[in-house]
Formats: sequence, structure tokens, C-alpha cells
Amino acid sequence: MKRFLLAATAVATVSLAATSAFAGPTLDAVKKRGELVCGVHTGLAGFSAPDDKGNWKGLDVDVCRAVAAAVFGDDKKVKFVPLSAQQRLTALQSGEVDILSRNTTWTLTRDTANGLNFTPPNYYDGQGFLVTKKLGVKSAKELNGATVCVQTGTTTEQNLADYFRANNMKLNAVTIEKLEEVNAAYVAGRCDAYTSDASQLASIRANDVPTPDDHIILPEIISKEPLAPSVRHGDDQWFDIVKWTQYAMVSGEEYGITSANVDDVAKTATDPNVKRLLGVTPGMGAALGLDEKWGYNVIKQVGNYSESFEANVGPKTPLKLERGLNAQWNKGGLMYAPPVR
Amino acid sequence: MTEPNKGRSGASFFNDVRVRGIIAQIVVLGLFVGLIGYLVSNTIHNLEVRQIATGLGFLSREAGFDVSESVISYTPADTFGRVIIVGLLNTLKVAVFGVVIATVLGTVIGVSRLSSNWLVARLATVYVEGLRNIPLLLQLFFWYALITVSLPSPRQAHKFAEGWFLSNRGFKFPWPVWEHGHTLGVIGLLAAVIAIYLLGRRANRVQAETGNRPNVLIPGLAALIGLPTVGWLIGGAPTAFDVPALTGFNFSGGALISPEFAALLLGLSLYTSSFIAEIVRGGIIAVPWGQTEAAVALGLRRGLVVRLILLPQALRVVIPPLTSQYLNLVKNSSLAVAIGYPDLVGTANTTINQTGQAVEGVAMIMLAYLTVSLTISAFMNWYNGHISLRGGR
Repeated sequence: MKRFLLAATAVATVSLAATSAFAGPTLDAVKKRGELVCGVHTGLAGFSAPDDKGNWKGLDVDVCRAVAAAVFGDDKKVKFVPLSAQQRLTALQSGEVDILSRNTTWTLTRDTANGLNFTPPNYYDGQGFLVTKKLGVKSAKELNGATVCVQTGTTTEQNLADYFRANNMKLNAVTIEKLEEVNAAYVAGRCDAYTSDASQLASIRANDVPTPDDHIILPEIISKEPLAPSVRHGDDQWFDIVKWTQYAMVSGEEYGITSANVDDVAKTATDPNVKRLLGVTPGMGAALGLDEKWGYNVIKQVGNYSESFEANVGPKTPLKLERGLNAQWNKGGLMYAPPVR
Repeated sequence: MTEPNKGRSGASFFNDVRVRGIIAQIVVLGLFVGLIGYLVSNTIHNLEVRQIATGLGFLSREAGFDVSESVISYTPADTFGRVIIVGLLNTLKVAVFGVVIATVLGTVIGVSRLSSNWLVARLATVYVEGLRNIPLLLQLFFWYALITVSLPSPRQAHKFAEGWFLSNRGFKFPWPVWEHGHTLGVIGLLAAVIAIYLLGRRANRVQAETGNRPNVLIPGLAALIGLPTVGWLIGGAPTAFDVPALTGFNFSGGALISPEFAALLLGLSLYTSSFIAEIVRGGIIAVPWGQTEAAVALGLRRGLVVRLILLPQALRVVIPPLTSQYLNLVKNSSLAVAIGYPDLVGTANTTINQTGQAVEGVAMIMLAYLTVSLTISAFMNWYNGHISLRGGR
């Protein structure tokens, strides 16, 4: 009896502590805590992975650093929480993380029934197939009857089944939980093809197969995958802050402001758009509930979108991804920031 | 309070041991119910605040994802409800085979450890200590990697006979095209099992009355072979086989033992068998040596000593811990998701991810495991009661 009583008290204490963690607007909670808690991928080179010194690097990581720069004026005040594909939505819903920035596809269900609000996509992706050259396949349409490796807990599983059904092809899907194990199964030849977002396949081809030249990514892109950060329903101010932090990076590229020249630009700028973005003309920061130098801090400490892209996934990195859909709107892409005014 | 003074040592009401006991129980029960109520209402409230969908409506929506193997027919056009059942059946499939293999292996190894043959006993010791001291997840990874890496691709598959292929896509073999005759054959097999049971009971009764035990073996064997054959013949004696053949990337037709199922079954049954071996060994040692000596002194043959004296007494010690091992095996099968076997946890996890309804999904997983485990427990407890000493307590 005594032992049971003790256990019951312990359970009660723990659950009380756990449920009282989420209260009030997110910005206040983040400021009070002194750091931003950001949900990222457990390790996907180019998007979010720790480097050899243990610092998180990647396109998704930069979103969180930028938000920290906007809120605290210091991009280091971020705690990164690596999340599996299955944990990620629950972690954000339950308040364990303030932002989910983990190559997550923006879909209607997630945006509504799952209680998430998606900020602008930071990478427009699409699902593709990675196969060995030995297989002699030139198109995804030739994959009838193929065994396909896929990671569980992703929109990828559904796209895969949809594509094979739409084309009247027979599918054997081998669904494995952890990315490393899916990679191992593909490398061992358990599957004929590996399906995932094309950017992720590029990362896997570059880093995880023994000889990248023996593998090709098939030309077909079978889905739209707008990869976007997300926040919880019910806190519009926080939603705005994350959204406009991303727009600041995109605008920065549009106006030619980089982390290297931002100080000079701030001093000499004549363009009212630039002056508002960098806080030379005040008002924008106050509207967001942030310091007037929020935009300056983002670009100074993290860089504009182009800098982040080139450093993490661009042609000079192992992933060798072209800008494609992710170019600026005036260069044939979809990156379009609304006016800062 | 109508009972006179029983247990009331003249002390005041609140110092009464019985009253205190009752109050303590009421308080604890109240706390427990309150805690559960608080957790449930808090969860519902939070889900509402965050506008997360609730309810079981998602079960009838189209699942839209593929599952690599299934006992019942399944396509991505089926519902989430069906895919969860597919997962549950896959869990049960691996559990049933796993329990049987682990029991047989465990018994053999357990007896071997007691062998007077030095080599056999030492090998059994190495087996037990090796397998039970390595985490199961690692063993599963090991078997899965061994199967997928060491076996050839489908185009270079090992071919044993026409239609028997072994490759890193699994073991493919011919399987009868299921017809009416097969159904009748299975019914015949069930009838044979019942017939053997009845024969055994009759033999016991006759032995009790007359002292002579009628021969059960020959009629039993006749029923076991005869009845299914008769059923099969009545059904038109179908002989068509679905023979696997290489078409395109993979084999089509026939039956398949997938690498995922093989790795999981191998890992689970070897791991559990090492524990069962120890339980069996303990059970045998628990029967005093004097029992064997006494039986031999009565002139019983070695086989009869084991069957009539050793085994019934050892089983009483073995069954309760054995039940725990069966339960462990069933629950450990949830590690399947690590190597891509579509078990209950795997399919339910994908469902949770597609629908975002984690609370309902996890509750269903827990309920399913609880049901399976309690069923096994109930059966094993019944069996334990059946073989335990009667009138001894």
C-alpha cells in the first residue's frame, strides 16, 4: 500500500509538471526561457545535421538561428531537438518545441486537423526515385513490380502508393522506421529503388552509398513537397514572427543585402524598402513585437536566403542542388517575399 | 458496527486499525481515480485548444499506403481500420511461430545444459549466455543485415528446384492454389485432432476400469492421415500449384517468407529460447533426485520416469516463468518496425502520422497488446491450474 501510494504521488507530480509547461503566448515563454527550442531532423546533411564540432548546420537549422537572431539579437540562443519523422508533429503540438523546422511537407491535414500553422516553404521539393544504374531503368514508369524502400511516418509512403496505383503498376514497399536502416537496406540490395524527396535522395546519394556514380535519380518527380517550418495553432504573433523572419532572408537576397555588406548598406541605403527591413526607418520591429534591428540581426548573423542555400545545399556542397524552383520570383523561382511595410 | 468489539481495542474511532485501513484505501482510490480523470480531461481540453481532430472516424478513411506483407488481402485503397488489423495479424503470425520455435529450442537447449556430455553441455551454455546477454534489437539488426547482405539479388537467386528460390527478397516456394478441397482437408485435420483427443480420453477410462490400455497410436495416426485425405478427395483432389517465376525485378506467384519476417522470427525465437532454456533447466533441477531414484527402484523404464515422474513435477515450476517469456516475446515483436516488418506498431505508427491522431492510435496499440497478453496469461493460468497439485492447499 505504501509503495503504491508513493508511486501514485510520483506519477501525479510528474504529469502535473508536464502539463503545465505550455501556457501563454510563445514569444513571452521563449524570452523568459532565454532560448529558442527548435525541432530539427536527427541528421540529414544539408538540411539539419551536426558538423564535426557538434554545431548544427543546414537550411532548416538556419531558419531557427534566424528566428533567434530576430528575437534575441543572438543566433546562438537556440536549443536543437532532433526529432524522428513520427515524433515531430507531436513534439510541436505538445509544446516541446517552439518551431518545427524539419523538412516537413505542408499538407492540408497537417495545416488543419493536426493543429499546425505552416510558415513559407524554405525549400520546394518533390518526391523522386533513386536506383542503381545496374537495374537498367530510365524512367519511374518502368518500375512495375519493383521493391521500393521507404521511410515510415512520411507523406512519401502515400505518394508512392498513389503513383503506382495511378499508373497501374504493382508495388512492394519495404517500410522501415529509421533513415540509417532504410539506407542500409537499399545499399544491401533489399530494394530495387529508394523513394524520398529528391533533395534527400541527393543527400543520400552523396553521403550514404558506397559509390555515388553507380546510382542515379530518375527524372520523374511524382509529388509536390513544399518543405516548410511550422508553429502551433493559436498564437498569431509567433506565427508572424517566424514568417517574417523567413521573408527577411528572402528579401535580403532580393535587395542584394548579405551578411558581409549589411553594415555598409544600413549606413548608405536610400531605398525605403531596405531602410525599413534593416530598421533604419523604425516601425516594423514594433509591429512584430521585436527589436527594430530584427531584420538587420537576421541578415548579419545568418545571412540572406541565397547565402544559406549556397552554404548548405547548393552546387558547391556535396548535395549539388540547383536553385530551380527555389530561385527568386524574378529569376523563374517561387521565392517571393511580400513587401516589408 | 453491529459486531461487538471485534478488533476494536477500546481505542477511539480514528485509532481503530480497521477504520484507518478503510480510510487509507478510500483516499488512495480517490487519488487514483482523480488522477486518471484529470489526465483524461486535461488531454481532451488541450486537444480542443490546439484544434486537433479527435475521435475514431479516421478508421473508415482510405489508408493510401502500401504494406509489404499481409495475411489477409490488402491494397492501399483499403481503410485505416483494415491496415491496423493487417498489422495485428502480422504481429500474431510472428508471435505464434515464435512461441512454438522458442519453446522447442529452449527445451532442447535446457536439457542439453544438463547433459553429462561435456561438449554438449558447454555448447548449450555458450548459446544461452551469448544470446540472452546481447540486446534483442542488435540481434534483429544482425540477422536482417546478414540476410539482406549475404543473399544474392533476385536475378542471381539460389535455385533449389523449379520454383524454389532464395534471394535477398526472401524465400519463394510453390504454394497450392487454394480450392474447395484444401478447405475440406483442413476441416479433416481439425476433426482428426478432436478424434485423437477423444481416443486418449477413452483409453484413460478403459485403463482405469480394466488395467489394460488400448492401443491409441495406430488409430490416432490413421485419423491424422486419413481424415484430411478424405476431405481433400471429396473436394475433388485439387493438385494445382502456384509456382514462383522471375518476372521483371522480382518473383511473382507462390508463397514468400520475407527477409523481414525471417529476421524477426529468428531474432525473437533465439533470444527467447535462451531464457526458456534456463527455465527448463531450473524446472528439472527442482525435482529432487530421490524422485528419479524411487521411480527407477519401482522398475519404471527411463522414458516412463521422465514422462510420469520428472515432467509433471518440473512443469509446475516451469509454467509461471514460461508465461512471462511468452508475454515478453509478444511484446518484443514490436521491435519489428526497426527492420521493416509491418507489425501492429508499424502500421499504427504510419496511421498516426497520416492522420495526426496520436492519442487514439497509441490507445489502440496498447489495447491490442493488452488483449493479446491477457489472453495468453489466461490460457497459461488455466493450464497451470490444470497441472498443479490438487487438494494440496
